[in-house]
Amino acid sequence: MSALLSAGVRPRGALLLAALLAVLLAAPWIVSDYLLTILIIILYFAYTGQAWNIMMGFAGQLSLGHALYLGLGGYAAATLFTQFGIGPWLGLLMAMPIAAAGGAIIGFLAFRFGVTGVYFAILTIAFAEFTRIGFDNWNFVNASSGLFLPVKQYAHNDLWRLRGDPTMFYYVILAATVALFVLCHFLIRSRVGYFWLAIREDELAARAAGINTFRYKMLAVMVSAAVTSFGGVFYAFFYNNLFPEQIFSIFRSIEIILGPIIGGIGTLVGPLVGAFVLTGLAETLNSTMTAFGIDLPGVKQVFYGVCLLIVVVALPDGVWPPLARRLGIGRDDS
Amino acid sequence: MPLDVYLNVAVGGVLTGLVYGLLALGLSVIFGVVRVVNFAHGEMMTIAMFIAVVLCTGFHLDPLLLLVPIAAVLFAFGYVLQRGLINLFITRPEHTQFLLLVALAIVITNVLLIVFGPDARAVQTSYALDSFQIGPLIVDAAKVYAGLAAIVFSAALFAFFRFTLVGKAIRAAADNHTGALVVGLDVKRLYALTFGLGAACVGAAGTMLTLLVDATPMLGPSYTLLSFVIVITGGLGSLPGALFGGMLIGVTEALAGLLFTPSIKSMFAFAILVLVLLFRPQGILGKRLA
Repeated sequence: MSALLSAGVRPRGALLLAALLAVLLAAPWIVSDYLLTILIIILYFAYTGQAWNIMMGFAGQLSLGHALYLGLGGYAAATLFTQFGIGPWLGLLMAMPIAAAGGAIIGFLAFRFGVTGVYFAILTIAFAEFTRIGFDNWNFVNASSGLFLPVKQYAHNDLWRLRGDPTMFYYVILAATVALFVLCHFLIRSRVGYFWLAIREDELAARAAGINTFRYKMLAVMVSAAVTSFGGVFYAFFYNNLFPEQIFSIFRSIEIILGPIIGGIGTLVGPLVGAFVLTGLAETLNSTMTAFGIDLPGVKQVFYGVCLLIVVVALPDGVWPPLARRLGIGRDDS
Repeated sequence: MPLDVYLNVAVGGVLTGLVYGLLALGLSVIFGVVRVVNFAHGEMMTIAMFIAVVLCTGFHLDPLLLLVPIAAVLFAFGYVLQRGLINLFITRPEHTQFLLLVALAIVITNVLLIVFGPDARAVQTSYALDSFQIGPLIVDAAKVYAGLAAIVFSAALFAFFRFTLVGKAIRAAADNHTGALVVGLDVKRLYALTFGLGAACVGAAGTMLTLLVDATPMLGPSYTLLSFVIVITGGLGSLPGALFGGMLIGVTEALAGLLFTPSIKSMFAFAILVLVLLFRPQGILGKRLA
């Protein structure tokens, strides 16, 4: 297993990753509750960013509407839990196919009819918005008043029903992030992964080489959607509430995308690095503002936007590729 | 409901749709020439709306008088933006352009939020409650003025692209980038001019929209999306298509608001978008894609 995992990974890179994992595993004993919550948010963005990266970074299909899959997943699991008392892990078995079906519909319509590039990106936004308004008016899921998960004082952590303290949620999202990292590591070195890269680089050439581009683009959308839906389930159970306005919002989609683009698109480590950089930046701004006693809504977001502008102008490939070169572990472009 | 109610609402929808169409025209012009999707489109429009609101309430001016000055301000903004920032990105991948413009949109929205606060602001005009009656039709005067102004502004833009030398040069640069460079056109300047013109449409549309909607800093994203929907429905790069798409979406939203609940109206706009993308991806008035 370990030999398989390290195949194609430079020893120094593997060592760094192992060290990072060790620190993350020990984190709940070291850091404060506040920092632990921030780590949960970072890992959540690392997870969803990695999920988005399957579609864009590997197969080159730009989705700007990944909030759709978060929302479908979150609502599927939360509805099953609140209405029928079915736990989130069984709910996930519903959430994933539903999200994958949503992705399949978009993919089928777009790829069948030759909708590509910017048009495809806007189609993904349109579907997310369409669904948001639909859920906003759908009484079965409480429409715009939202779904609330029952919050009780639990004597012990109930992993099966995903009710408990932040430490439990931390390990759940850490395990999911590691699992997805490993999955992507294998995916990108598989036959399917090479087909995706070929489609990303030159779709026409890929088709000429005999790759069924329709099928593999569909697969990319569906895998990405299904994996993203877990992010929605986690969101629902961590925050204990779901509003169509929030979970399907275009801002959710943008949040997911920022991490991998800032970190380095198409790389395995990029989404992780991007999540650390962005959430770290946001939280540093937050505490600096509080320290200086500035409490004006919007100031933080302006700084955030300016920082994004600077990063995107100065580092066209994202943070990770140049950082990786400097650390001497080469460009992680797998 | 009697028929004339539907008719009234439909006419109101067409007039509002013309303003939407002018806004979308800006997006179409920019994408058609510079090949950059302006994801900060609605946010730029909120800038125009707040300029209009401040001048109208501060100096008791009429938004109709401010149409050209505000369009000129936005033109300058667009020109500088393209020259200084976006020009660096025209050869970069789409997702990087997206990130750049989203960052810009975040900055615009929140600067407006800091300066003006989150409250909705309206413009007071002498004709706010007036209406015209033509047979069974009763139409708000403000909507008529806004719709007419949108038509005049678009007509001027069409004339510019069709008859002036600069307009022809811009179309040449859009048709064949390399060819335009070969014959010695300053493509960078033409791109900046185009972005400026697109922004001027946004300025004019934003000014007119203050007659119809209250301004808040948070309006941006929904109007960006609205412009996408209209432009793709009408046909990206087709100038009449943008106006036509605007009217179609305007009527659809107005009627959906009447027949169902107002909160569901944009769902119909997105449904139209999906149908158009499926059956006529080049847009209703767009040229067939190669």
